[in-house]
Amino acid sequence: MMLEVKDLHVTVEGSEILKGLTLTVNPGEVHAIMGPNGAGKSTLSAVIAGKDGYEVTGGSITFEGKDVLEMEIEERAQAGLLLGFQYPVEIPGVKNIYLLKAALNAQRTARGEEEIPAPEFMKLVREKLNFMQMDPSFLQRAVNEGFSGGEKKRNEILQMLVLQPKLAMLDEIDSGLDIDAMKVVAKGINSLRSEERAILLVTHYQRLLDHIEPDVVHVLVDGRIVKSGDKNLALELESRGYDWLVEGSAA
Amino acid sequence: MASQEMEQLVRREYTQGFVTDIESDTVPPGLDESTIAFISGKKGEPEWMLEWRLDAYHQWLKMTPPSWAHLDYPPIDYQAISYYSAPKKPEDRPQSLDEVDPKLLETYEKLGIPLHERAALAGVAVDAVFDSVSVTTTFKDKLAEAGVIFCSISEAIRDYPELIKQYLGSVVPKADNYFAALNSAVFTDGSFVFVPEGVTCPMELSTYFRINAANTGQFERTLIICEKQAQVSYLEGCTAPMRDENQLHAAVVELVALEDAYIKYSTVQNWYPGDEDGKGGIYNFVTKRGDCRGDRSRISWTQVETGSAITWKYPSCVLRGKDSIGEFYSVAVTNGRQQADTGTKMIHIGEGTRSYIVSKGIAAGRSDQSYRGLVKIGPRAKGARNFTQCDSLLIGDRCGAHTFPYQEIGNATSTLEHEATTSKIGEDQLFYCQTRGISEEDAVSMIVNGFCKDVFQELPMEFAVEAEALLNVTLEGAVG
Amino acid sequence: MSEEQTFIDALNRRMAARDAAEPTWVAARRQAASARFEAVGFPTRRDEAWKYTDTRSIARGTFVQADNAEFSPAAAAALTLPLDAIRLTFVDGVFSAALSDLDALPAGATVETLSQALESNHEAVGAVLGRLAGVDFSPFAALNTAFAEEGAIIRLAPGTVVETPILLQFLSREGDQPTMCHPRVLIEAGARSEATVIEHYVGETDAKNFTNVITEVLLDRGAIVQHYKLQEAPVGDMHIASVHVDQGRDSRFTSFNLNLGGALVRNDIVADLNAEGAETQYFGLFFAQGRQHVDNHTLVNHNAPRTYSQESYKGILDDRARGVFNGKVIVKRDSQQIEAYQNNANLLLSDRAEIDTKPELEIYADDVKCSHGATTGQLDEEAIYALRTRGIDEQTARGLLTLAFAGEVMEQVKHDAIAQRVELAVAGKLPERFNLAGLVEAAVALGEEG
Repeated sequence: MMLEVKDLHVTVEGSEILKGLTLTVNPGEVHAIMGPNGAGKSTLSAVIAGKDGYEVTGGSITFEGKDVLEMEIEERAQAGLLLGFQYPVEIPGVKNIYLLKAALNAQRTARGEEEIPAPEFMKLVREKLNFMQMDPSFLQRAVNEGFSGGEKKRNEILQMLVLQPKLAMLDEIDSGLDIDAMKVVAKGINSLRSEERAILLVTHYQRLLDHIEPDVVHVLVDGRIVKSGDKNLALELESRGYDWLVEGSAA
Repeated sequence: MASQEMEQLVRREYTQGFVTDIESDTVPPGLDESTIAFISGKKGEPEWMLEWRLDAYHQWLKMTPPSWAHLDYPPIDYQAISYYSAPKKPEDRPQSLDEVDPKLLETYEKLGIPLHERAALAGVAVDAVFDSVSVTTTFKDKLAEAGVIFCSISEAIRDYPELIKQYLGSVVPKADNYFAALNSAVFTDGSFVFVPEGVTCPMELSTYFRINAANTGQFERTLIICEKQAQVSYLEGCTAPMRDENQLHAAVVELVALEDAYIKYSTVQNWYPGDEDGKGGIYNFVTKRGDCRGDRSRISWTQVETGSAITWKYPSCVLRGKDSIGEFYSVAVTNGRQQADTGTKMIHIGEGTRSYIVSKGIAAGRSDQSYRGLVKIGPRAKGARNFTQCDSLLIGDRCGAHTFPYQEIGNATSTLEHEATTSKIGEDQLFYCQTRGISEEDAVSMIVNGFCKDVFQELPMEFAVEAEALLNVTLEGAVG
Repeated sequence: MSEEQTFIDALNRRMAARDAAEPTWVAARRQAASARFEAVGFPTRRDEAWKYTDTRSIARGTFVQADNAEFSPAAAAALTLPLDAIRLTFVDGVFSAALSDLDALPAGATVETLSQALESNHEAVGAVLGRLAGVDFSPFAALNTAFAEEGAIIRLAPGTVVETPILLQFLSREGDQPTMCHPRVLIEAGARSEATVIEHYVGETDAKNFTNVITEVLLDRGAIVQHYKLQEAPVGDMHIASVHVDQGRDSRFTSFNLNLGGALVRNDIVADLNAEGAETQYFGLFFAQGRQHVDNHTLVNHNAPRTYSQESYKGILDDRARGVFNGKVIVKRDSQQIEAYQNNANLLLSDRAEIDTKPELEIYADDVKCSHGATTGQLDEEAIYALRTRGIDEQTARGLLTLAFAGEVMEQVKHDAIAQRVELAVAGKLPERFNLAGLVEAAVALGEEG
């Protein structure tokens, strides 16, 4: 198994958001976590990525047998755990090309590999840019600065394509995307699918799952996974909403 | 706005300019050791106090007046000033309002400060200074019950010599600057407040200063001490009558806050600014400084400055205690020929210290106004933070508004943000208000008050109301 | 003997040793400047303009004026900016014809050395030189006027557009005896003319010389001048410079003041916006480390209505370096409808570094939109987090963001050779703990790849 989250309890500013969440993700699988607003979906991915301000009060997260909670933020990424943000931050002045190069080298160094030679790096980046239908000028622009919502999301996927994580976590990657951008983003994500890799999609809507077919769908309500199933569960949620599950959880 | 209207408004008469006719016991003009001995003797001071004064005087003799301020005024003849004036029989001070000269009460009425009513209604203790001598002090019982000492500095020198020896001059040293040295030599009165450990002063303390006798420099000395976890809010307000000769005012205010103590010091200053040609206004050279000596202590200065011909004033905070906080909220309005060079100094010494500066300057007529501020972050003030907002509004094209902020930053973990803007009242803002049926004058008043809101909301309630009224009077019609 | 007297004696010896007589006005100006300098002396910390900058290391120094411009062409090539330029080179203040190249100069433009210009028509020089920079500007301006022997005179006839940048290169040499030079640069831009002038200060690593330069720029109606100053002087050099600008109607002046080198550096930039529509922009970057001291004083005088100014300065200070920024905007009475914006942001990388900043506004007209901001602080923690989630370690993330901080000024630079040079220099200067070596390499590779 790749990622194992066991009985995870997380508190933010004194209130408990995750209340005993358990989840197992194996290589090759695509998982979708769905749920109503405020259920704790974004908290889960933020905690796995190591964001400040989230207090783990119980449970564990292991990634390939290692205790994720003991790892530094960058160690998690170097180990292959990569988060695609719902709201990617703008970093004025830091060129995309620098970010990509520094991140890729950090990963390779962590694995004990040599840094990537510049020509090879450029070739790789150009190829991925092309695949994401992005203009090369974009490499010289500052990370996310002045990007449209769609460009920011594409940029998140581009980073995934370059960095080739073992587990790609995508937090509401579909929010704010029009249908064309959605298709490009979905194409990028689908290209990441492989036997060695797992993908964790966090989403509010079924829409994204029309383009990326999940192996497992989980419903997260009030800090716990209340139901898991195959892709049909997502369709059922689409037609019935979350209320029937929310009531179930309250009971 | 039409320029005649502006003219008309600019020419508004000083509504609080009048003279109260009370006999004074005044020493002849001039300053030497005997003048100081006279003042000290009049006050019945102990020998050590006289020596303290004389030491200040000797240091002052070696000093020169500061010239760095953006101010232009003729040299002051310190030998032409009379350094002491008191009501005829100082030993027969009135013990209650009933005993106070009705003319004085009348004066307060004219000023819009119905002292007795106001004091009674608002529960404010009033230490009214009239011609350099405390005339009346009320609510002493209630304060005594809480253990708070609130009296004139002269009484304090007599009754609490140990506190005076410990604290006087400990924040503003005798020779701190030219005017502070002069004050230390010749101060005649002022207030003393001591709030003991753990006590929150049960009422807001207020003193109304009023300069009266012609040619009499007024040299107040105020000392406020808050022990651990003590709190006090002190209100100071001033107006002065119309005079031909310039009157010198050089006050010193010292605040000491120990651990977890909080001192809030608010001022409304509306001294006579001089006539249309700038003649006869008050010269105001003030040294105000607070020392946040204890950890987590906090000192907050709020000022509304509308008067004086010359203002030279920089209420400051020395942030020594860990996590201590200094605040400065200021509205300064100048009109006519007024000149003001005012601002603050925030000296960050302790770790985690924070300071906030909000300064709003409004210049009208032919006035000139400067914000001068210093934020100094020492090498040991790790994680210190400062935020400064400093805005100027210009009304008319004959005035000036200037900003001189100094920032000296000596460590890598501090954060400073300084923003300043200078603009005029937007035609579009005025137009918008007018299309809503608001008169131009009201619209200006609304906009100016809105401009100052961040500061007014820091004032105690009754002061805020008075400040808004004062602002409207000061700019009445000047605005356009 | 007073420190001032040492300099005056040096001047007198220099003049006595001259073989040819100077034009009378030159000699008279020298004398007046020398008298002025003697009267005011070197500035002290008591002078408000020098409050944070101590120039005793100059006053107490012993400097000689160089007499030759020998410099190995290979060494010069290694130091020069890699761009096509109309080039004048000065070695310790002495003109080097061998390292200069005026081939690309178009008709309508003249570029001469000061001595050439004096020889060909000294009255024309005398009519303009010193008009903006009087001896009372500062003791160093007086010192320059007393000593000045060489420099560059650039004249653009109305309508002349010089597309190739004009590069004035000042090389500082190592030697047993520290040298001093007092160059003058004069740029006269005729109506609607356009040019880019780059002053580049660079030299041999162990040089310890004193450069005291004055630049005057006159822009006639509609002229556009971009002025770059790239100061990469050796870290032992003393560098005092002032730029004085006079702007006519609808003219546009842009200043890039980029300071990376020098032990003691002081820059003064003064622009007078004298007619409607004049616009000036100041961009500055300073990066100081070790015990470097960099002081930038800028002044914009809005002397006419509807004039515009914009300013952005950034400083990065490490180790025990000290930075000073003093930016002043003055709006004269009746100069209505002014827009003036000024910003200064600083980053301190060490607890022993210090920045003293003072953005000033002095405004005497009411219909204005003026603002200034100054911030000193740390890097954005959220950005650091975002970089770390991509596997970049915290120190590298901090390095990247520091580079980005400088980059915001460099984005405005129109010449890649300058922008890249500065970016690489900044990356290379960042502490090793920031681990940017690999990225600098990548940047170089990218640059080479085009």
